Amino acid sequence: MARLRKPKLAVWKFSSCDGCQLSLLDCESELLAVAGAIDIANFPEASRAVTGGPYDLSLVEGSITTPHDAERIHRVRRLSRFLVSIGACATAGGIQALRNFKDVRDFTAMVYARPEYIDTLARSTPIADHVPVDFELRGCPISKAQLLEVASAFLNSRRPNVPTYSVCMECKRKGATCVLVASTTPCLGPVTQAGCGALCPSYHRGCYGCFGPMENANTDSLNQRWQALGASAADLVLAYRTFNACAPAFRDAAAGLDAERRP
Amino acid sequence: MTDANMPRTARTTRTIRCDYLARVEGEGALYVRIRDGCLQDVKLKIFEPPRFFEALLRGRRHLEAPDITARICGICPVAYQMSACHAIENALGITVGGPLRELRRLLYCGEWIESHVLHVFMLHAPDFLGYESAIHMARDHGDLVQMGLRLKKIGNDIGALLGGREIHPINVRVGGFYRVPERRELQRLVEDLTWACDAAEKAARWVATLPFPDFEQDYEYVALRHPAEYPFNEGRLVSSGALDIAVSEYEQCFVEEHVAHSNALHSAMRGRGAYFVGPLARYSLNFARLTARAQHVARACGLGETCWNPFQSIIVRCIETLYACEEALRIIASYERPERPFVDAPAFPGRGFGCTEAPRGILYHRYQLADDGTITDARIVPPTAQNQKTIENDLRGLVPRYLDLSDSELQWRCEQAIRNYDPCISCATHFLRLDVDRGGAAAVP
Repeated sequence: MARLRKPKLAVWKFSSCDGCQLSLLDCESELLAVAGAIDIANFPEASRAVTGGPYDLSLVEGSITTPHDAERIHRVRRLSRFLVSIGACATAGGIQALRNFKDVRDFTAMVYARPEYIDTLARSTPIADHVPVDFELRGCPISKAQLLEVASAFLNSRRPNVPTYSVCMECKRKGATCVLVASTTPCLGPVTQAGCGALCPSYHRGCYGCFGPMENANTDSLNQRWQALGASAADLVLAYRTFNACAPAFRDAAAGLDAERRP
Repeated sequence: MTDANMPRTARTTRTIRCDYLARVEGEGALYVRIRDGCLQDVKLKIFEPPRFFEALLRGRRHLEAPDITARICGICPVAYQMSACHAIENALGITVGGPLRELRRLLYCGEWIESHVLHVFMLHAPDFLGYESAIHMARDHGDLVQMGLRLKKIGNDIGALLGGREIHPINVRVGGFYRVPERRELQRLVEDLTWACDAAEKAARWVATLPFPDFEQDYEYVALRHPAEYPFNEGRLVSSGALDIAVSEYEQCFVEEHVAHSNALHSAMRGRGAYFVGPLARYSLNFARLTARAQHVARACGLGETCWNPFQSIIVRCIETLYACEEALRIIASYERPERPFVDAPAFPGRGFGCTEAPRGILYHRYQLADDGTITDARIVPPTAQNQKTIENDLRGLVPRYLDLSDSELQWRCEQAIRNYDPCISCATHFLRLDVDRGGAAAVP
């Protein structure tokens, strides 16, 4: 169907650090070309000008942590032809989902002198727990290249080409030395989805799981490997419980280890 | 300013609402109440949902602090990593010197360039020229916006090389870095940075021609001061008043208050009230430590050794960008690759303090560590939380002078005044909504 108008893009923020939407402004070489091809209709971090919906593509950053946001996401969904959640907060609840393992009232009291002023939900949850999501783009932060790929795919009615294999694949392709094998550095690469370009191993450190679990992650096998290197169950629980702590594979792996620790 | 002082709308009441303050990082709102032409109340409301970093740090390992606290802010993750590293190192009793210290300054140069240029070109300059965004501005000022984007990218290139990536760098660790670059890797930045110095100067000279309201307030500026350097990571905390303290004395001199209208804690100087952190404070307290060229360009832009007009912070950001480009070149020219990328940081019980100059001002961290390095207590005070009272004070000073403006013009002027501070509400917890209540029934507190 011939398009008579530029597609409309909206960017929405929920609980987050702003880093994933900043990735769009960090596309310095592509930004003006992108702005020429699409109508950036609602992107408050970049522009005062807001055009009303519906929108062809909504990028949603952040997790749901307040009763107000749990309502607002439904409005965003109604206004959006395609909704793509971007980043670890929007796809897994983010680092703030560590509250899900504790009593949030204790957290509020620890940080704020007047907890009664704070309106917050007990759990931090991903967007897909609240509304249907057309695609989840992983990463803490997301990859700029993957963001442009996903936006371009949805606006051209094709499937996004975003691999779900592990960081190991990227490492091998890059010719980086395996830190787990060569320097016995604990690394989450074998169970973590690719997307960063195997950054940490290239800088001589172990992957710490920014892109969340790969498809069919074999966490049991990795746990054994880490434990053979001297890591404790507590070390593994901390490793799984960071920015993607509530992504199911990481959540379950940590819960299993926690149960072993405290029979 | 004569006719601006004449309240056109005396004895009438109006309500202006802007549901989303744009071009700031995070979620906030502004509420202004005007009755019979008199300003009654100003509240900067921050409704960014709280994320409880200080609570979720408890029970984590000391080496995790830089990676976890980076996630407080996608705009200035390096600042969080630096303050966290310094505070943890302080607790462990280790110091990082020589080329590793220089590389930290270089990484900070990258973040200052990226963050300042983002703010100058994409968030703030459009206000002065009446554009809704940099993309709208690019239609008339394409070359300038292109220059800004290239300059910003050069800051990000430093972050990508030294940090692994611009947002949430992976290469920073307590004690130094995971991997340090070869000389030749850094040399690749030289050509771009040389161009960047000229671009930053051009940007400064251009923003100096923008129309600035004649607006000065009696601020107390607070910044780090180092004996020899323009401050990034180290120094004493000094003010334009009498303050001169070690970082470890911060909590004796500054207090945080929790007010009902904000999810960010308000900071105040004990016994003195509001204070001002960020580029204007750094510049005014450290002019002598800028490079000769940065000082020369500042004077050519009409600035003195101190600057008290918050709208001119856009010029100071360009001067600091120029400084950061020159400093990056200096560091690269004298760089010798250290043998080890980090100093060992074994667990040790204790309490540590760190304060570094984020692009938006001082960022304070304090940690308590157990015997095995577990974090048992953490305290983080970001720059925007410290500026909240001062932002409200500016609006109290500004709004009465512009009561003759239409609602939409007054709203825009208030937004511009807030953006003078480049508020990062993600940091302060996190979107701005503006309610100007001129006494109508629809007022929303």
